[in-house]
Amino acid sequence: MQLLLFNAFNGLIQGVFYALMALGLALILSLNSVINMAHGGFLVIGAYLAYTLAPYLGFWGALVAGPLGAAVIGLIVERFLVRPLYKRPDPLYTLLLTFGLALIIEDMTRTIWGAQGLPFQIPDILNSSVSSVLFFITGYRVLVVGITLLVVLGLWLMLRYTRLGIRIRAGTLDLETVSSLGVNIYLLRALNFALGCMLAGLAGVLAAGILGLTPPMGSSLIMPSFVAIIVGGVGSLVGAVFGGLIIGVAAGITTTYFPAASDAVIYLIMLVVLVLRPRGLLGQEGLFE
Amino acid sequence: MNASMTGSDAAAAGERSRAASPTAAPRRNLRAAGAVVFWLALVTLPLWLTHVGGYTALGTKILVYGIAALALNLLLGFTGGLSFGHAAWFGLGAYGAGMTLKYLAPSTPLAIVVGTVVGGVAATVLGPLVMRRRGIYFAMITIAIGQLFYFIAVRWNNVTGGEDGLAGFERAPIHIGPWVYDVQHETKYYYLVLVCFAIAVVIMKLLLASPLGHTWVAIRENRRRLQFLGVRIDLYIWAAFAISGTLTALAGTLNAMLFNFTSPQDLHWILSGNFVIMIVLGGMRKFWGPLIGVAIFVVAQDYLSSVTDNWMTAIGLLFVLIVLLFPKGLLGMLGRRGKEAA
Repeated sequence: MQLLLFNAFNGLIQGVFYALMALGLALILSLNSVINMAHGGFLVIGAYLAYTLAPYLGFWGALVAGPLGAAVIGLIVERFLVRPLYKRPDPLYTLLLTFGLALIIEDMTRTIWGAQGLPFQIPDILNSSVSSVLFFITGYRVLVVGITLLVVLGLWLMLRYTRLGIRIRAGTLDLETVSSLGVNIYLLRALNFALGCMLAGLAGVLAAGILGLTPPMGSSLIMPSFVAIIVGGVGSLVGAVFGGLIIGVAAGITTTYFPAASDAVIYLIMLVVLVLRPRGLLGQEGLFE
Repeated sequence: MNASMTGSDAAAAGERSRAASPTAAPRRNLRAAGAVVFWLALVTLPLWLTHVGGYTALGTKILVYGIAALALNLLLGFTGGLSFGHAAWFGLGAYGAGMTLKYLAPSTPLAIVVGTVVGGVAATVLGPLVMRRRGIYFAMITIAIGQLFYFIAVRWNNVTGGEDGLAGFERAPIHIGPWVYDVQHETKYYYLVLVCFAIAVVIMKLLLASPLGHTWVAIRENRRRLQFLGVRIDLYIWAAFAISGTLTALAGTLNAMLFNFTSPQDLHWILSGNFVIMIVLGGMRKFWGPLIGVAIFVVAQDYLSSVTDNWMTAIGLLFVLIVLLFPKGLLGMLGRRGKEAA
């Protein structure tokens, strides 16, 4: 029983990373119409920036600086590489562009920081267990879940109540109308892209504290995030979060009984969802059909 | 964009309208001459490739990847379905062939058939999951489905060899009656691959000239109109998906036997992405575009990985540059220039 709880909780933590990644991907997917294959790259950038800056800024400073750095690089990428492609409606080109970026970022990370894994130091207080029975619930893991909850809540409030958030939501429904109402949609999409990259960067920093840093960490986290979006439903941000948590926990539970299938199970879940409910759990009917 | 697509499309509608134009006869002669030169070059390739700095296996690899890219382009360029998971069928073909040789029987033809059928059946069975989707959603589902097989190959250690890949099999000499054709010899294997390539090309050309192929192009050009006309476009997309996947699996079987090895990398989404960029590089609106893209990409990859450790960055830059500067591909650009001159 304890083993099951242990694995389920590990899965939940993985699911939190998937959810953060999927949330950023889904934001970029719905407003920018870009399948951001480089999303794992932004995760890696966030993580390695935090690692490099931690000695100067401390853990908490790095926790903020990493995601911000990813957002800034996201802004630059959007401005100079993605923006010229908006006029081509075929998603093929942005997909290939970000695919190329993903290769470049992974390779450059390897060149700059080395192919070996690096440990990410977290404060000692966070390293201790919260409970002696449930030894696997460390302070850091509670922090990861807490920060994610705060960020998701904050994002929801922003999208619901702020002017920027309302414009982003309106833009996902009908960008042309939003533009004709006088909103600068180029700025809007740039900010949205950066926001998505920031979420990836945050996932990177948080993941670094548990999984350590390796150059391919981004490409191993990005595929489950795609699955999270498909399971949750394309076009639904809440769906992306739930999708991430569901597949994370499912993979964790599978580890208990059938470790070899823990990777494949999330794809099986996706297939089942696609058969039973093709638009995903919370997806809109008719989108991309 | 639409106008240039219909205008530059060589395969489908172009054939008939060209026959009616006054310049038809010289054009047709030129095309015939081009075809003769092209196939002669392929048949004599083992004779000259080593003299220009290549090696026979490189030529074989180009043909193998060429089959896969041409097959994927049936779906991508002609039907307009953005599949980003074709490595799945390629890898399934490779594992099917490898495991046949290793566990079943040392027969090269059997390995080719089994691998092709395995990949083809998988693509046919999973096709209905994507056939009603469009654009971004289609791409995402195909990416994710592809990864399923990757993880199975990685985790099913004792059968697939896991992360290290499947080794310990060899392509076997082919016995035809009293004759033995020893494909273990590199040049002889090249000719076996060339025969498979020619068969695949003939199949694809016939399909594209048939009503099925015309419907594919029509789906790409105006999906909604076909729906209004009562065409079950999902079934046509399914057919494109299944046929394209089957031929890609054929390429996978040949790839496994080329190296007598296959690994999860043959199932990975990076390979899927490479197939797509090869097609775009050569020109996805032309039948032969993908082959040109494959030749350039494979040679570039071969060269870059021998001169720099950062070849991944170089390939990535190639992706970015192609997308920003040559979105129509090399053949697409040549075609447009030719039209302007005429």
